[in-house]
Amino acid sequence: MASILPQAKSAAVNPLKSSQPLGAAFAFLGVDGAIPLFHGSQGCTSFALVLFVRHFKEAVPLQTTAMDELATILGGADHLEEAILNLKTRTKPKLIGVCTTALVETRGEDFASDIASIKRDRAKELAGTEIMLAKTPDFDGAIEEGWAKAVTAMIEGITRPGEQVRQASKVAVLPGWNLTVADIEHLREVVESFGLQPVVLPDVSGSLDGMVPDRWVPTTYGGTSVKDIRELGTAAHCIAIGEHMRCPAEALQRLTGVPYMLSQSLIGLQAVDRLISFLSMISGAAVPVTVRRRRAQLQDALLDGHFHFGGKKIAIAAEPDQLYQLATFFVGMGAEIAAAVTTAETSRILETIPAESVQVGDLGDLEALAAGTDLIVTHSHGRQAAARLGIPLMRVGFPIFDRLGSQHKLTILYQGTRDLLFEAANLFQATQHAPKPETLDPFRNRDMPDDASSLLARS
Amino acid sequence: MSLPSAKLQQVFNEPACQKNQGKDANARKQGCSKPLTPGAAAGGCAFDGAKIALQPITDVAHLIHAPLACEGNSWDNRGAASSGSTLWRTSFTTDLSELDIVMGQGERKLFKAIREIKQAYAPPAIFVYATCVTALIGDDIDAVCKRATEKFGLPVVSINAPGFVGSKNLGNKLAGEALLDHVIGTAEPDDVGPYDINIIGEFNLSGEFWLVKPLLDRLGIRVRACIPGDARYLDIACAHRARITMVVCSTALIGLARKLEKRWDIPFFEGSFYGITATSQALRKIADQLVSQGAHPELVDRTEALIAQEEAIAWEKLAAYRRRLEGKRVLINTGGVKSWSLVDALMEIGIEIVGTSVKKSTVEDKERITQILMEEDQIFESLAPPELYAMLSQDKVDIMLSGGRTQFVALKAKTPWLDINQERHHPYAGYDGMVELVRQIDLAIHNPIWCQVREPAPWDSHPVSADGPTSTTSASTTGRACEKIACSTAYAAGQG
Repeated sequence: MASILPQAKSAAVNPLKSSQPLGAAFAFLGVDGAIPLFHGSQGCTSFALVLFVRHFKEAVPLQTTAMDELATILGGADHLEEAILNLKTRTKPKLIGVCTTALVETRGEDFASDIASIKRDRAKELAGTEIMLAKTPDFDGAIEEGWAKAVTAMIEGITRPGEQVRQASKVAVLPGWNLTVADIEHLREVVESFGLQPVVLPDVSGSLDGMVPDRWVPTTYGGTSVKDIRELGTAAHCIAIGEHMRCPAEALQRLTGVPYMLSQSLIGLQAVDRLISFLSMISGAAVPVTVRRRRAQLQDALLDGHFHFGGKKIAIAAEPDQLYQLATFFVGMGAEIAAAVTTAETSRILETIPAESVQVGDLGDLEALAAGTDLIVTHSHGRQAAARLGIPLMRVGFPIFDRLGSQHKLTILYQGTRDLLFEAANLFQATQHAPKPETLDPFRNRDMPDDASSLLARS
Repeated sequence: MSLPSAKLQQVFNEPACQKNQGKDANARKQGCSKPLTPGAAAGGCAFDGAKIALQPITDVAHLIHAPLACEGNSWDNRGAASSGSTLWRTSFTTDLSELDIVMGQGERKLFKAIREIKQAYAPPAIFVYATCVTALIGDDIDAVCKRATEKFGLPVVSINAPGFVGSKNLGNKLAGEALLDHVIGTAEPDDVGPYDINIIGEFNLSGEFWLVKPLLDRLGIRVRACIPGDARYLDIACAHRARITMVVCSTALIGLARKLEKRWDIPFFEGSFYGITATSQALRKIADQLVSQGAHPELVDRTEALIAQEEAIAWEKLAAYRRRLEGKRVLINTGGVKSWSLVDALMEIGIEIVGTSVKKSTVEDKERITQILMEEDQIFESLAPPELYAMLSQDKVDIMLSGGRTQFVALKAKTPWLDINQERHHPYAGYDGMVELVRQIDLAIHNPIWCQVREPAPWDSHPVSADGPTSTTSASTTGRACEKIACSTAYAAGQG
């Protein structure tokens, strides 16, 4: 069991986190015809927008209530109303996802009642547009929390409540934020191969996959439809991926009675086996040949790849669920997690991470802990630390702004595990050091093996 | 709130800004940032502007006093280059938590953060940036910085431009004020000379000032301070000993230049290093002004000789592109000084300017554009994405030059696009920079992908027969002609 070390520094050095409202906006971007709206000053939106664009290389719809000095003093309800009405007139969205920021949350207004009265007073003008609220101050949480709050808000606000007639083959899938476009496309195909009909919420594979439409669209195009969110209660089962999706899955169960299965990770042979067995069980169908083939390929990759992982020291900085998923993957390959840094201390997954300790902190902490490791695993901002330490960097998560195609990289199920394994093994091989007489000289090397004490402890 | 409105009034009243002087007293009080429309706004906040203006100062530790987003979502995102310290690329923030805010621990955390940075990095100075939340909760950043300066014996400068006070442009101005109030004039150089100049508003993006600096070096002109591109703290502290100032990006930091003149008698002029003629004009003006400030008059002749030599080489390099680019239609959608300064060189090699945006351009900028282009209808204020998309997809433009914000309008309309704003990866300043820009335009327009992406899939334009796809060389349904040479090459490569 890992011990969780809280942050003790006053100056964060090279932040690991992206903000909570960005996470909420990210989830709203997975809905068709949607536009997220930050309730804050224009900079809050501008920074998040630029970061999204750097990562996705796509036009990203994101707007602001443009809080100025006066509104900050007098209250922002008027700005919120004006922004919602302007968006409705100009872009005709099916959904506006309001994400609050630190500025308005520090002021502390009753946003839910503001929105309720806007919806009541402007019912006619706003017909056909869902207005959602995610309370996401920047001084709390990061992407995980924001994403989960937005999905919960959509289930609580749009999904028709009450026990409904269930469609036996329909499965609600609630992916965590760190699944890529390729992951969701692949997951859908695998679920379908059992004769099931998945409804994915949010579905960034429809909206952030790089389509070239034949007209200019001011909202998202593609993603989960509002109608599908409304009908989510007719699913027979729900699959949530990542501990942070427990809250939205529970909301769905509470409101509609749809039971959920939570998969904390879809990386690694055993984790994927569990999901595949579940799909086979609920569908009553045998595991299809293609899936069996992918599993066999992963077995072979484990055999071929494990040579490169044994004894390797890995430094990972990621949000809690992704940290857990990657750490269990590397440990499952025979490597050791020498440094684990994460964004928040509240997640229940943290203590199950296979590392001695997990530091809540930033990339400055990672840089201090990663000296002497074989691989750094984090997002693109880790590039400076990796360069200074001379350790290869495997880019995961968000943002990845200095490599193309991160959205089309497969990272889950048998095939994604295989790809991750190859990527890491290739990074190890690319940085292999040639043997030199001086490094092998037995008279120079009198150190005990690094893990001698732990070997002794184990025996 | 901590920002005195007197400061705002002061920066809004800018005698050196022609636009500002055209207003009556009342309008001037309103300031130059237009009120934003909630739900239809674009662009950064005042904090963003302040950080952009100061962060390229390379050896300073820039500490953002804020909850996560202000810094966490925005760091390491600009391509200014440094010839020395890389400390400016290390991000520092107090990352305030809910507890910090509720318990009122902001000031204490800030003070401790300053101490940690001083101990671990020993920078020559620390800049502390206020933000919306820390201004709202009333943290007295000025007092903390003052105390830290005394306690730690290094300059700790407060940059008071929280996001909600206004636009990016206002933030630029407030950053200039902070330099005037706390930095410039705080150190004395021991090597003052008659050829010392300041360059203000040059950001050294992609290192492009290094395309210009050797020209100045050749003339024996020393850049005392380039603000902020590739600057050291000490350079800026000594900026009051330069003889003249050239302002490069006029809207952002002109107030700084005017106050350098007022306070230390350093005359300034506005110029640009984008474009051949503009670069020559700038060099000429620098020489003239230095001479009028006491430099030896022979500087003028040496400058003319250098200009003649470098212009000849640049025009010769550019001439090679005439055959490939003559008649190509360019849309410049950026505003400011680039709306005109790039135009003459492009026109010289036969490129047609179908339009240029005068958003953010000064009165003087606009006059120059009108003189060069002759036709008013090529000049526009700004285009909304749907209109821009329509213009681009109707084959009225061969390439758009703009900033990242409109990148995807062009790309989704399958139109060549080149980044000429802050996120670009190529240096475009000076004579060689203009040649590089033209080279990049050529590469973009003639890339073989255009005819591939514009053609519909064969099964959409022709029924697929049992013998396989029919020829794709027939007329394109998009109505756009592809470059024949590029297309056949690409097609052959695809077949081969």
